[in-house]
Amino acid sequence: MDRLKDPIELEALIGRLAEAPSPRGRLWVCGGPGCLAAGAGRIHAAIREAAEARGLGDGYRADLTGCLGLCEKGPLVGVEPGDYVVGGVTLEDCEGLVGETLLNGRPAGRRATGADGAIDQGHPFYEPQTRLITRRFGRIVPESLDDYLKTGGYSALALALGRLSPLEVSERVERSGLRGRGGGGFPAGRKWASCRLAEGAVKYVLANGDEGDPGAFMNRSLMEGDPFSIIEGMTLGAYAVGAAVGFVYVRHEYPLSVERLNGAIGSAERAGLLGENILGSGFSFRLETVLGGGAFVCGESTALMASIEGREGQPRVKYVRSTERGLWDSPTLLQNVETWANVPPIVGRGPGWFRSMGTGDNPGTKVFSLVGQVRRSGLVEMPLGTPIRSLVFGVGGGPRPGRGFKAVQIGGPSGGCLPSEALDLPLDFDNLAKAGAIMGSGGLIVMDDLSCMVDVARYFTGFLMGESCGKCTPCREGLTSLHGILDDLCRGRGRKGDPLELGKVASMLSKTALCGLGQSAANPLLSTLRHFGEEYREHAEEGFCRSGRCQGLFWPEINHELCVGCGACLAACPAGAISGEKKAPHEIDLAACVSCGACLPACRFGAARAVRKGARPERRRDS
Amino acid sequence: MSVVDESLVGRILDSRPPEPRYLLPILQEIQAAFRHLPREALLAVAGRLKVPAARVFSVAGFYKALSFTPKGERLLTVCQGTACHLRGAGALVESLEKRLGLRMGQTSGDGRLGLESVNCLGACALAPVVTVDGDVHGHLTPEKAQELV
Repeated sequence: MDRLKDPIELEALIGRLAEAPSPRGRLWVCGGPGCLAAGAGRIHAAIREAAEARGLGDGYRADLTGCLGLCEKGPLVGVEPGDYVVGGVTLEDCEGLVGETLLNGRPAGRRATGADGAIDQGHPFYEPQTRLITRRFGRIVPESLDDYLKTGGYSALALALGRLSPLEVSERVERSGLRGRGGGGFPAGRKWASCRLAEGAVKYVLANGDEGDPGAFMNRSLMEGDPFSIIEGMTLGAYAVGAAVGFVYVRHEYPLSVERLNGAIGSAERAGLLGENILGSGFSFRLETVLGGGAFVCGESTALMASIEGREGQPRVKYVRSTERGLWDSPTLLQNVETWANVPPIVGRGPGWFRSMGTGDNPGTKVFSLVGQVRRSGLVEMPLGTPIRSLVFGVGGGPRPGRGFKAVQIGGPSGGCLPSEALDLPLDFDNLAKAGAIMGSGGLIVMDDLSCMVDVARYFTGFLMGESCGKCTPCREGLTSLHGILDDLCRGRGRKGDPLELGKVASMLSKTALCGLGQSAANPLLSTLRHFGEEYREHAEEGFCRSGRCQGLFWPEINHELCVGCGACLAACPAGAISGEKKAPHEIDLAACVSCGACLPACRFGAARAVRKGARPERRRDS
Repeated sequence: MSVVDESLVGRILDSRPPEPRYLLPILQEIQAAFRHLPREALLAVAGRLKVPAARVFSVAGFYKALSFTPKGERLLTVCQGTACHLRGAGALVESLEKRLGLRMGQTSGDGRLGLESVNCLGACALAPVVTVDGDVHGHLTPEKAQELV
């Protein structure tokens, strides 16, 4: 693309592209993290091959696109026209997808569409969603600037550079009520105003793409699915606060995100949308990516800046705000990549429009990754303020067959576990904080009755113990001590006073740690202690794990009323302790059972459950 | 100590301006080229960027992606994300450690195979997952994980 010389030329180009005819048929292969892992790259190649073999021209296209959402059914292929998704695609299905679906507009055979058939926008997974940040997923080739422009991209920058002053751009964001999507929900406008007013010859804008929360892939999906939206947002931010240089800090495990962002940055530069004298306005902005080094703490703002500077990613005490003295001691505007992606539509369509979504104090949408023990894992975007229940049970379909809901973990290692009583809570920054969780970056992990809350606390505490940078004593020693107690509880070595002791150490840690990582590190523990105290008591006083998770702290039992004799538990048992005829209730020989719990998740009928351990029956077999 | 290809280190150093901010990316490239950070290379980096060797070593020690000892030629990576944990990643770790005679984070004596963990791959619908040189294998059981070896 030739260099665009002014906003008018850009607007004319956007108009021309938007009116250009669409291909007659199009297959969109999902390039989200889940589908790529499930072989979407090979599916894409096979579809291309099948299309080439038929000599299909430009009227038909098959491209990799951003995340189509319903990871559970991956690999997914989206179909246009028709606007539906085909799940569970195998290499054998590709020929049919090209010959039947692409050419004749007929949904491919049963095999390709799976038991659900074509999954359209009316499916319970898609129907409740509001797509703002993810609106281009499945609509564009992520690295194509033309596709971005065709779908209205860069119209906000054209507007800003053509008709708005930096102050007016900033005020739109300030009035929108946008809150930071990376964790705490700090009002974005306050940061913008503070950085805009800060004095400094040099200022920086930064994007946090160091998505370290386990079970979270929203940021990755965004960086790989619509990289230009982040770049345009940052360009608008740089214009508003007067920055000339920006960095996107990307998690070490996401090399593809860096590749997509770098590709998009290159295209934007060639078109005159980044670099010197953008759109002839005299405003210049250079953007670079920085690949992280594999340290969770670098998601913390001051650690992230230290890492960009080429130092150890250790946080500092925030006497001074980063908006006044951040990167290289200059005023710095740092926001999560999703926050940045909200900026173009806010500037382009106005704060009033943005506030029409979500609630008063929590306007807009939020992207969630819904995973764990739920029927439909996937990437979901909902208006803020949506009750947790509609996400977990509506979109996600609730717990898997035979299982009951126990908790939903929100906010990653700094977040908390909420019980079923909290299901009607609106998902927004303030309500979650009140309930003892946080929004975090938007990871929602569903836990069922086989998930032990003490084990979950041990998991997160262990995770943070490994990721603590070690600079301050409360975090370094506190987490080690908490993890030791939790590990004892899970191994049947608990003592009566343990829950109390955990609470004391956790409270010390929260109050005295240096940075956000340490201050929030006890949240998974504190929230499970608060909502599931009985499980802690059982571990500590009875050596009993009701979830059948902590090995040796329970006996498995099969309820004969519920057992259908499917044999799944028998196949899963590594000790050969289960016997029974097909279609007849099965038996567990406790003398042979090793109390590993493998039979419990294998049962889809809720017949296998954990019970308190009595005396072990005498061994009847030699072993 | 292995013999270090100095010209390769030189090319990596030449590819960027000699500014301290490039310390991490330079170390990442050296790690990719040698599968670890040889001492000689670290000293060369310190000299070129004009930063104390102590800072180079401390940055090298801080980031998990960087390693002073060689990583395996082939890598078996067990995802330890929350979804994988809930669906039994712990049992996979146990079974792989036993089968390979390696602990998580270790490399086999001949340098051929490394066993590692990652915090999350974002393939939660396939949980629990293990990658072999980047190829993802999902819905694993301890038995199926053994077959990967």
